[in-house]
Amino acid sequence: MADAAVHHADHGHHTSTGLSNNKLGMWLFLGSECLLFGGLISTYMIYRGRVGEGPRPGNVFDIPFTSVSSFVLLMSSLTMVLAVAAAQKRDDRGTTLWLTVTGLLGATFVGGQVYEFTAMYTEGLGYTTSLFGSAFYTLTGFHGVHVTVGVIMLLSLVAIIKRSKVPGDKAEVVELVGLYWHFVDVVWIIIFTLVYLIPT
Amino acid sequence: MTTTAEHTEHGTHDDHAEHGMSIMGYVKVALILAALTALEVATYFVDFGPFFMPVLLVLMCVKFFIVVSYFMHLKFDNKIFSFMFYSGLFLAVGVYAAFLATFKFFTA
Repeated sequence: MADAAVHHADHGHHTSTGLSNNKLGMWLFLGSECLLFGGLISTYMIYRGRVGEGPRPGNVFDIPFTSVSSFVLLMSSLTMVLAVAAAQKRDDRGTTLWLTVTGLLGATFVGGQVYEFTAMYTEGLGYTTSLFGSAFYTLTGFHGVHVTVGVIMLLSLVAIIKRSKVPGDKAEVVELVGLYWHFVDVVWIIIFTLVYLIPT
Repeated sequence: MTTTAEHTEHGTHDDHAEHGMSIMGYVKVALILAALTALEVATYFVDFGPFFMPVLLVLMCVKFFIVVSYFMHLKFDNKIFSFMFYSGLFLAVGVYAAFLATFKFFTA
């Protein structure tokens, strides 16, 4: 702990815990995000059987398509970890390459979600069609927005690195963005299982 | 403590990756996650009988903890970070389990 405190002092960030306040803050934020998504997932679990006159989950879900989307997001976690590793080796080229690939994979996932939502809407499941529809779109929509924000963060970070305008420790900045990205992936792991794979 | 010892031994920020995993290690973890995902998807096509729900839930939890521990580096980092994250997680699980129980989700 003392070494970590000294280490951080070398970078001008002396903290009482010897840990990065930025990293501590990010983990605290992710802990709070568990509560956000816990609420959305729980609400979906309550309402998933309330289909009213609208289509049932089994009628609108395309499991093979969503499986491919899930795989894409999973692989983006790998490329994110490679970006963090490159940043820690001070390899700017590798960092920007892997960040860009991660962003593209994330954008592909969001594109898949948009296609999926469009297909479901044409099949009769709108936001206000039923409680199932509202809960489903709210949950997956919130996740999709999180992924979109993540993509924006990734591509912004690429631009900032290219302009050599990263504030503070570059490796830490990439690591913090990586933590957010992995969390988004972890939430999808839960959503994919509880929403898509477990039948009502 | 191992983290502190490794910082002392290497003494530079460049060796952050040393107290984690190698690139090949991360690739192996990704391959394991892909295999687990394939197994999850298989439950949609293959009848697992009474094991369907337990298999899915166990796979979900295993994947969750693999990503958090290895990709998010929590296994190799200071325990305070683990406390921060798992506090939120267990609070969420507890609160929403109570919420679901209120709506008779587990007994319906």
